[in-house]
Amino acid sequence: MAAVSMTVNGKPVTADVDPRTLLVQYLRENLRLTGTHVGCDTSQCGACVVHVNGKAIKSCTVLALQLEGANVLTIEGLAPADGPLHPMQEAFRENHGLQCGYCTPGMIMTAVDMVRRKGNDLDDHTIREELEGNICRCTGYHNIVKAIAAGGKAMRGSDAASKAAE
Amino acid sequence: MSTTGIGASVRRTEDQRFITGKGHYTDDIDRPGQTYAYFLRSPHAHAKIRSIDSKAAAAAPGVVAVLTGTELAADKIGNLICGWMIHSKDGSPMKMSAHPALANGKANHVGDAVAVVIAATLAQARDAAEKIKVDYEVLPAIADPAAAQKPGAPQIHDVAPNNTIYQWHLGDPKAVETAFKSAKHVTKLDIVNNRLAPSAMEPRVAIAEYDSGTGHLTLWNTSQNPHVARLVIAAFVGMAPEHKLRVIAPDVGGGFGSKIFIYPEEVVALWASRRVGRPVKWTSDRSEAFLTDAHGRDHVTHAEMAFDGDGKILALRAKTIANLGAYMSTFSSSVPTYLYATLLSGQYGTPQIYCEVDAVYTNTVPVDAYRGAGRPEATFVVERLIEVGAREMKMDPAELRRKNFVKTFPHQTPVIMTYDSGDYDASLKKALEMSDYKGFDKRKREAAKHGKLRGIGFSNYIEACGIAPSQAVGSLGCGVGLWESAEVRVNPTGSVEVLTGTHAHGQGHETTFAQVVSERLGIAIDTISIVHGDTDKVQFGMGTYGSRSGAVGISAIVKALDKVEAKAKKVAAYMLEAAEGDIEFKDGKFSVAGTDKSAAWGEVALNAYIAHKFAGADLEPGLKEGAFYDPTNFTFPAGCHICEVEVDAETGTTEIVAWTAVDDFGIVVNPMIVEGQVHGGIAQGVGQALCEGVVYDKAGQLVTGSYMDYSMPRADIFPSLKVSTTVTRCPSNPLGIRGCGEAGAIAAPAAVMNAITNAIGTENIAMPATPAAVWAAIQANKLPKAA
Repeated sequence: MAAVSMTVNGKPVTADVDPRTLLVQYLRENLRLTGTHVGCDTSQCGACVVHVNGKAIKSCTVLALQLEGANVLTIEGLAPADGPLHPMQEAFRENHGLQCGYCTPGMIMTAVDMVRRKGNDLDDHTIREELEGNICRCTGYHNIVKAIAAGGKAMRGSDAASKAAE
Repeated sequence: MSTTGIGASVRRTEDQRFITGKGHYTDDIDRPGQTYAYFLRSPHAHAKIRSIDSKAAAAAPGVVAVLTGTELAADKIGNLICGWMIHSKDGSPMKMSAHPALANGKANHVGDAVAVVIAATLAQARDAAEKIKVDYEVLPAIADPAAAQKPGAPQIHDVAPNNTIYQWHLGDPKAVETAFKSAKHVTKLDIVNNRLAPSAMEPRVAIAEYDSGTGHLTLWNTSQNPHVARLVIAAFVGMAPEHKLRVIAPDVGGGFGSKIFIYPEEVVALWASRRVGRPVKWTSDRSEAFLTDAHGRDHVTHAEMAFDGDGKILALRAKTIANLGAYMSTFSSSVPTYLYATLLSGQYGTPQIYCEVDAVYTNTVPVDAYRGAGRPEATFVVERLIEVGAREMKMDPAELRRKNFVKTFPHQTPVIMTYDSGDYDASLKKALEMSDYKGFDKRKREAAKHGKLRGIGFSNYIEACGIAPSQAVGSLGCGVGLWESAEVRVNPTGSVEVLTGTHAHGQGHETTFAQVVSERLGIAIDTISIVHGDTDKVQFGMGTYGSRSGAVGISAIVKALDKVEAKAKKVAAYMLEAAEGDIEFKDGKFSVAGTDKSAAWGEVALNAYIAHKFAGADLEPGLKEGAFYDPTNFTFPAGCHICEVEVDAETGTTEIVAWTAVDDFGIVVNPMIVEGQVHGGIAQGVGQALCEGVVYDKAGQLVTGSYMDYSMPRADIFPSLKVSTTVTRCPSNPLGIRGCGEAGAIAAPAAVMNAITNAIGTENIAMPATPAAVWAAIQANKLPKAA
């Protein structure tokens, strides 16, 4: 076992973990943050995307021990508890960008990252290319693309606060 | 129409938990004292198991038990079964092999479970499994269904000589023969309907817990139909009496058919939890899902369509070999028979049809229903034949279809089905307008200018949904009835719980079902809860598949609501001191006809429970009613999808540049959700046509065992989809619903392949039409034809 400390959703956490523990296992099993999902074992599907130090990463492809001192944000921490939803969450609901909901946390975390990297006004082509690392089996992506375009616009101005939270 | 009633695009109430990471999927559950199961699986497609040495594994750290098929048999745990009896044309019953949950003596496909390790952690279970020594005698294997019946092919099960499960047929061969003799034109096609991995994003999970005090077993699983799982595991596997087995399927992350079936891992988890006296959790990883989740499709077909000189279809005949894999999965036998051949009339008045189907065992993962289940295969046969027929006879493909449409209803096809109603011309006409069919030639010329081959393809599908009238399916061999149940529980405060035997795994039932109740009772949608997925809460139900939840599940709710309203009127009559026949109910208010006396919904609900206004002898207290709804016919969603592609002849790359879908689903409860179902279905159908395909090598090794090898459709292969509807009310259920869940997956493959073959000018290409396959087809077509 080995000790690791990091900040998850704004809270400092420390644990002794088996060195082979993946970040996603640490989040789900140790911290009981079960909103981050596992949909594959080859880093293809993106259901496990979280933010580490402000950037989207696949939490199935990094060991918890590698994240000593890191700042991790999961879907549970995207919007303040009991506060309003993050604009991207709201856009997914408003545009029916989810069905079974399993890929959704990863999609939303990817989408927020996409907007920060590519700007608030995203065209269809850019969004579809940028979703290369996220698989959805339910929606045919049609409404996810709409949701991300709308969410990107809605994030204008409101993102500074949520970025500060990371 | 109210803002939350039938026809409103209400935003989904279930979304709050999913977008905030607060969903409750099975893998999110942990039980106190839980252990973990890890399965050791056969690396060989076909092998005798001479011995298993698990001593070292049993002694490994954290290991609680190592179990094999020997212990399973000793404990008299029964086999998994296929619940739909098909008889061969000679009258003999299908040849169902034994299917133990852990292989006993022989492994029949790569991934067949050979042993299970139960340990304190998953890592310990996995580590210990590596210490198990299995002595295999590797046997020759067969994966190709077309070769499975040939002399000398490896034999998989003694009960099934030549690997043949059944040789079934439907229709009148003589009448078809006569029709073909009189034909002016015959179109012939050899078709491979490629094998697919359903790939719900949530892998399967089973958590089992045994209560030694009461003898009760609880199973949390990723099921589309928990009650059917309980029935099969109790009655056939013999794990526990039905009343001592509870199955809970909480939020389920997609199913598409693959989570209908009862799987070995669920049986083993239950059995192991009882043996070790602790909860047992098993979570599939994606690699394991490829090796164990039932696959879909996998047909090899020769089909012919006969036309008269005017383009009228005279007859259709098809011979299909269907690969059912190494064991018969829960409903596998029905898919290439009654869910396939019965739809070979398509939207057309084809007078004569004959279909022969041989189902075969191979050393591959079992094959069963996957979104559409038989109907995509039928649609592909019919819609490829008519499109190619149009090209061969130099007729417009839309016009040839129109000429052959069924126009009067009800229409009895030569293959069992009675189409209730429809207007196929209306959906075709609308799709032609939306896709600007008239402008296609111009677009094709423009595409040619920038070096692209542009093609257009139609798919005018029909499906039989609303599965299904119990008596009808019983007469065809189904082991269960396919009605649905509902219970409406009105609380004293007027809020309502609706218990349904259907199950939602992405379809949004919590919203659409509540819309129906909201409109009927005139109460706010947030005062209604939809309860499903727990056999201790919902008495019985048949689950969700076959686009049945709206047509059958909502119909049961409507029937229960009828009873609730009838009883509430009796309560209101006492409260308002009026005759029951004078009570009217509208917009959540009970009133006495011709007076200003009224009582609100909430007041009546409260009075039903306090029972101060009536004596129990006249009227029982309470307001709770249940109903079972058994459909009187299948429902027949139908529509027209038009796909337009541009192919780069140099690289073989296909780009879908436009998609138009016009579907007739009857009455639609929530258009937003229905459109989403169409989008998703199209994506799965496009995946089948362009990129997906399960590949086995000759030794029966799975080549496409991960998302690195199995090409899942990504966002960048789709255009923005144009989706619309026409509405012909379904006459057989109370709200007129046809169902929408499978339409896209049924329609899409034929539309894509008709478009690609139109673009490249040859029919000789199979799915998936990868760039390599398209390029090869273009090159082969350039070669001089043999004289």
